[in-house]
Amino acid sequence: MADKPRSFQEIILRLQSYWAAKGCAMMQPYDMEVGAGTFHPATTLRSLGSKPWAAAYVQPSRRPTDGRYGENPNRLQHYYQYQVLIKPSPPDLQDLYLGSLKAIGIDANMHDIRFVEDDWESPTLGAWGLGWEVWCDGMEVSQFTYFQQVAGYDCKPVSGELTYGLERLAMYILDVDHVMDMPYNDPDAPIALTYGDVFKQTEEEYARWNFDVADTDTLLQHFKDAEAECARILAEPHDDPKTGKRIIMAHPAYDQAIKASHVFNLLDARGVISVTERQAYIGRVRTLTKACADAFVQTTAAGHAA
Amino acid sequence: MADLLIELFSEEIPARMQAKAATDLQKLVTDGLVEAGLTYAGAAAFSTPRRLALSLEGLTTESKSVREERKGPSTSAPDKALDGFLRSTGLTKGQLEVRDVKKGQVYFAVIEKPGRMAADIIAEVLEKTIRNFPWPKSMRWGDGALKWVRPLHSIICILGDDAGVDVVPMDIDGIKTGNQTRGHRFMAPDAFSVANFDDYEAKLKRAKVVLRAEERADMIWHDATNQAFAQGLEIVEDRGLLSEVANLVEWPAVLMGTIADDFLGMPPEVLQTSMKDHQKFFSVRNPKTNRIERFVTVANIETADSGATILEGNQKVLFARLSDAKFFWENDLRVAKAGMAEWTDGLKAVTFHNKLGSQFDRVERITALAREIAPAVGADPDEAAEAARLAKADLRSEMIYEFPELQGLMGRYYAKSAGASDAVAAAAQEHYSPLGPSDDVPTAPVSVAVALADKLDTLTGFWAIDEKPTGSKDPFALRRSALGVIRLVLENNISLNLTQSVEVPMLWHHLGADPSGLVQNGTVSEVELKKVSELVDELKSSNPKESTLAFKLATSVVRKKLSQIAIVQDVFEAKVDAAEDNISNLLSFFHDRLKVFLKDQGIRNDIIDACIAMPGNDDLTLLVKRAKALSETLKTDDGENLLQGFKRANNILTQAEEKDGVEYSYGADLKFAEHDSEKALFAALDAADAVIAPAMTAEDFSTAMTAMANLRGPIDDFFTNVQVNADVSLVRRNRLNLLSRIRTICLSVADLTLIEG
Repeated sequence: MADKPRSFQEIILRLQSYWAAKGCAMMQPYDMEVGAGTFHPATTLRSLGSKPWAAAYVQPSRRPTDGRYGENPNRLQHYYQYQVLIKPSPPDLQDLYLGSLKAIGIDANMHDIRFVEDDWESPTLGAWGLGWEVWCDGMEVSQFTYFQQVAGYDCKPVSGELTYGLERLAMYILDVDHVMDMPYNDPDAPIALTYGDVFKQTEEEYARWNFDVADTDTLLQHFKDAEAECARILAEPHDDPKTGKRIIMAHPAYDQAIKASHVFNLLDARGVISVTERQAYIGRVRTLTKACADAFVQTTAAGHAA
Repeated sequence: MADLLIELFSEEIPARMQAKAATDLQKLVTDGLVEAGLTYAGAAAFSTPRRLALSLEGLTTESKSVREERKGPSTSAPDKALDGFLRSTGLTKGQLEVRDVKKGQVYFAVIEKPGRMAADIIAEVLEKTIRNFPWPKSMRWGDGALKWVRPLHSIICILGDDAGVDVVPMDIDGIKTGNQTRGHRFMAPDAFSVANFDDYEAKLKRAKVVLRAEERADMIWHDATNQAFAQGLEIVEDRGLLSEVANLVEWPAVLMGTIADDFLGMPPEVLQTSMKDHQKFFSVRNPKTNRIERFVTVANIETADSGATILEGNQKVLFARLSDAKFFWENDLRVAKAGMAEWTDGLKAVTFHNKLGSQFDRVERITALAREIAPAVGADPDEAAEAARLAKADLRSEMIYEFPELQGLMGRYYAKSAGASDAVAAAAQEHYSPLGPSDDVPTAPVSVAVALADKLDTLTGFWAIDEKPTGSKDPFALRRSALGVIRLVLENNISLNLTQSVEVPMLWHHLGADPSGLVQNGTVSEVELKKVSELVDELKSSNPKESTLAFKLATSVVRKKLSQIAIVQDVFEAKVDAAEDNISNLLSFFHDRLKVFLKDQGIRNDIIDACIAMPGNDDLTLLVKRAKALSETLKTDDGENLLQGFKRANNILTQAEEKDGVEYSYGADLKFAEHDSEKALFAALDAADAVIAPAMTAEDFSTAMTAMANLRGPIDDFFTNVQVNADVSLVRRNRLNLLSRIRTICLSVADLTLIEG
């Protein structure tokens, strides 16, 4: 079974089938710009509250400051993460994880797989957890975290989170030195595409926009708007006057928090945020996330009795 | 007697926590058992990435029963007293004994605490240990509430003696104790049972787990050095890395790999740091070329291809890492060769401390100060200033952004590339030293000048913003900075007037980098502000070389000019006063650190105090020279007795002065001397004077102190043969004045009144 995948997409597909077979709900990417798979409400919000949860998904992620016009062998402003979240964390989560490596062609008996201490913390999410970065032959291939707190709430039960940096992992498995050379679909397909065929141009376009063109005044306004809208949504009464139902709009509010976070990242890439301001912005995003979490824990999805 | 084996088997424990965890396990369990009345003959604790283990030998099988008798109230006492006694003993009235004592009948409680079986005690102690384990950080998992460093999976707790072995039964949040464990995660994942510690260790080894951390470290070191030796190479020794790596593996497999030629042109430290920080690789050096040419990685597994796949993967990762480092190095060299202006200006954007401005401001201050200090340490002032100007430039380099621990070292490489002299380049690296009590002290004059300026700026800065160390709190490592100054000065035998050296920087800091800090509430006009700014600059550029007098002069000139701007005047005055207070406070701090430093070298605090009381105490080299001479003198028989003689003379004199209300400080006259011993003392004091005064001027303390110690004989004779409080008042007065000469001479050497004993 540990035969090698031949393309980037095959690795994704194998992860999908593996985690589907292990009982995870196959979610789709969240339809907003996020910095990492953790921002997907299927992780951030669903790790809160008492209701069991198991989900896996690919999340396109954006880190504007990491853009290198597609020239750096492994730095990208847009990349993919594969994310698994299981609540409560099962006792055999490490074995499940190792099984997923086997599924994508990493035979643990031929490689050196190590769990190296790495405490995870997200200042914008007000979250932290303990776990490891997982090394394969000296390369970090995943983050493995037991969430302890999210948005200031103790995680009860604890979620186990796995994050695979897909490009780096795939480059290793497929033995390519530059991400743009990596086969995206099957190299023997009638129209074989490399990662570069798909993304080289967009990396250039976004790098230029992120670093030099994005209008900072507009972005600053977007940040303020998202912040205000988030607060406004959450200030609405829980009972909807039209339907008469109790509808707490945690997710729409959280969308605004995500938006603010991404706009902050763009402003950062434009170099208009000083060191001192940086902390203040992160604090503002954290306040938004916290408010959304406060709202979410009062909903049925969080296990709140109606 | 029984033997106990405990194993706590979990997911991977952070390497840095394992050794302490093993020690803690041993301490908590053994302390608990002993407290509960058990004893044991020997204990040993072990750790691997996935387990903590404890083996106890010769454990008693039960605790002894304890019988306690307590006397209660009299039978005739009110019920209240009896109730209280029953509550405190936990008995009922029927369980009490009534005994006859002298005053009547009294209740007695006899409490029998039966001995307990070892197993019961162990279960209790182990549960308490697990629930209260002092991990630096612990976590919950699943839906449980138990905390451990990472999820805890199983517990071995077996107690065995000649008769057999039993599991000590217990259940911690669903984890039941047993006698089973598992071997290596990949090479021997199945569970197996163990019967005792020897069996445990042997079976683990068969299951590809080396239980002892030091054995793993030895295996790694042995293999690594052998492989290197076979190639004519050597491993760069790194104890910290070795113990870390030994705690990342249960079954070490040492693999040596090559570094691509492209990277061999980089400084070896860069290769070493990149490999160690990111990959935990050892560096392998070619002793002939001194270059780092290979690396050693330690895998946690033996594979069918003898690690070939693993090594290939590691080499690939290293290639990417070193490509990054090379990219930084080449970019940095471009900036360095252009003179580093991009970095020195860029320091404006690097905050040093929000109240002390940017690194750029700091470099400006250090540059001025290094120039000041240069002559005292034998450095060329211009060269010292140039060195200070470049010393922090590397903080803006890409390499230091990536590897902060290379600061200084890269500065040296880059300064060299920028065309700086060797002395200037060396200062970029050496000015951070000494970092600790055992760190080497720079000796090159330019480095010393910058190192002193750097540390004095730090100290005066944090003094000025009132961030002095208190108790155990010293977040800015100011004690270390002060010790650095002390060692720089002493070990280089530098005569430096500390008060003078800190005056200007202290005042700068008090005035603040921005003179608008002088202005309250914005009530001062732009014009006035500009004026203040100019005056502060004038003050900064004033050059108080000679003494504190110059400082006072400089400030007084500025004061006078500032008096025209009334509102600024008060603020300015207050700041200058505060600066003056802080200068003496900082000097005391140096003296305190000096005491700690010299105490380690066997010089007592009271001896240092006796020398601090003398003039010139802000020249630490002089101060220490005096203290060492005094310490040596007091160790001799003469010195010790002289001290007694001095104290006796001083006591008699002080008492007489108090009683008579006069000071006997002048006028002892030989012609009123009656006794030979008295006359001899006159002669001896004259002779001592003739030696001591010039010796003190020449700072030849040992000669002065030897001369002083030589007074011991005449002083002793004097006290043996002469009655100071003679009946004839003229004689008495003359003798008291003679004692005063003893006091004066001795006190000219050191303040002996402060010496204990």
